[in-house]
Amino acid sequence: MARDTLTGSRIRERRLILGMRQAELARAAGISASYLNLIEHNRRRIGGKLLVGIAGVLGVEPSMLSEGAEAALISTLREAAADSGVPVAELDRVDEFAGRFPGWAEVLAAGHRRIATLERTVETLSDRLAHDPNLAASVHEVLSTAAAIRSTASILAETGELEPEWRDRFHKNLNQDSLRLSESSRALVSFLDEDGSGADRRGMPQEEAEAFFQENDFHFPALEDGSATPEDLARDARALTGEAARSLTHALLEQYLADAQTLPLQELSREITGAGINPVVLAERFNCGLPAVLRRLAAVPEEVLGQEAGLVVCDASGTLLFRKPVTGFAMPRFGASCPLWPLYTALVNPNVPVRRNVVQHGRNAAAFDCMATAWMQKQPDFGEDPLYRAVMLILPGAKDAQDPQPVGASCRICPRQACPARREPSILKEEF
Amino acid sequence: MGRHVVLIEDEPNITEAIRFLLMRDGWSVDAHTDGATAVEVIRNAGPDLVILDLMLPGKSGLEIVRELRAEQDMQSLPVLMLTARGQMRDREMAEKAGVTRFMTKPFSNAEVLTAVRDLHAQAGQG
Repeated sequence: MARDTLTGSRIRERRLILGMRQAELARAAGISASYLNLIEHNRRRIGGKLLVGIAGVLGVEPSMLSEGAEAALISTLREAAADSGVPVAELDRVDEFAGRFPGWAEVLAAGHRRIATLERTVETLSDRLAHDPNLAASVHEVLSTAAAIRSTASILAETGELEPEWRDRFHKNLNQDSLRLSESSRALVSFLDEDGSGADRRGMPQEEAEAFFQENDFHFPALEDGSATPEDLARDARALTGEAARSLTHALLEQYLADAQTLPLQELSREITGAGINPVVLAERFNCGLPAVLRRLAAVPEEVLGQEAGLVVCDASGTLLFRKPVTGFAMPRFGASCPLWPLYTALVNPNVPVRRNVVQHGRNAAAFDCMATAWMQKQPDFGEDPLYRAVMLILPGAKDAQDPQPVGASCRICPRQACPARREPSILKEEF
Repeated sequence: MGRHVVLIEDEPNITEAIRFLLMRDGWSVDAHTDGATAVEVIRNAGPDLVILDLMLPGKSGLEIVRELRAEQDMQSLPVLMLTARGQMRDREMAEKAGVTRFMTKPFSNAEVLTAVRDLHAQAGQG
């Protein structure tokens, strides 16, 4: 059916959108309801003065009724059909589809436009990863230096009697290459870090929110003294590029404010100075739950706490919702973390405080004092399943760390091959 | 008669390690760093085998191999390509260009030695 024969369908569609009865429109246009009914079912052609009158009542341009959906929409629908890769039997009825179901047609066209945009983004990112000259140069440098070190070290280790001249030369090369490797590795890490910064973070709300907290050292004096609200801070944060990041940051700041009101900085500071960091004692003293204490301890300035502190919060799926990094304790940026973290022990034992000394594998492995607990996110109704979240405070320099529990960051980068908790192979082939 | 290899690699310490290994294995090693002059160097040296880096200043390893393969007397010259790029697509491109064997960095000395000996034997010169 041609576009201009669907004027009646468009009149009906527009009338229904406005919630107008047929008799009402007929009266306003000076025609009978039965005649309008014939027009709306495309059984009478309409034009001229009557079309102008009906368009006026419906509040649209006459051409919107006579020409229907815009040519661009039709064109997009044709593109969508062509790109689908399957024969579309009703392609010749695209005008009719757009005319009779303009809302659905627009949904389809918008979906097609979005797919095209996303495909372009995927192509750009893939191309960037594959051909980015900076990334390629950095990776090439790292691998070439690693190759040189491997060959040289192997010669030194495996060649029985090596002439002093060669030995000295290889020692010198090894020294040069190890320096180059540290430089090129640092450049690579720096490149990857920069890659995820600023506007490029768009679309990763959690990263934006964490970057915002990081910029503020995880402490917000304006919330502590009441000179700003979470809304103010989230609204004015220039680092937050999207609504999702703003909303997420707002929720985190609300939690921050609630914890700060429960455990005011000055009083908390006095308690820490007097009795040290004892979360259970602090929970009793401030008459609050352990989760609030653990979160709050990670939010006070380092000079108040007397040491650095990291924090992780997860939901019932184990997904990390919040990360405050701490030196020496690796946290995965993406994907799941190590299931051996005390955080997850706490998650399966709600309301039970869990304290473990842990150590992560690595060249400079250090022990951490981890305190965790899980709490019910909200009081469930009868018959409703409770939802839990867990929090873990991570303090460097565990006391009494004679036999710390080995943990990792995530399976992909954990060298501990024979781990009962391993869920996927590691990219690291050998123990450090 | 001594076995002769031309090594085109812009990483001096890799060159030194490979030179040491191959010399101990009885090879004479002619090492160069510049991709632009590589074809000429190889043509003049007439080696038993070529070890070539993929990413070289002046001209890429793939271009060098293509140019070599275009010459009648270089068709069967064994070429071992060393590269930090080990994706399937890179391997396919190398194979298409005429590379005899492809080895990704970082490699072990044993792998290099085995590859060189195998290629030499396969070429019927061992």
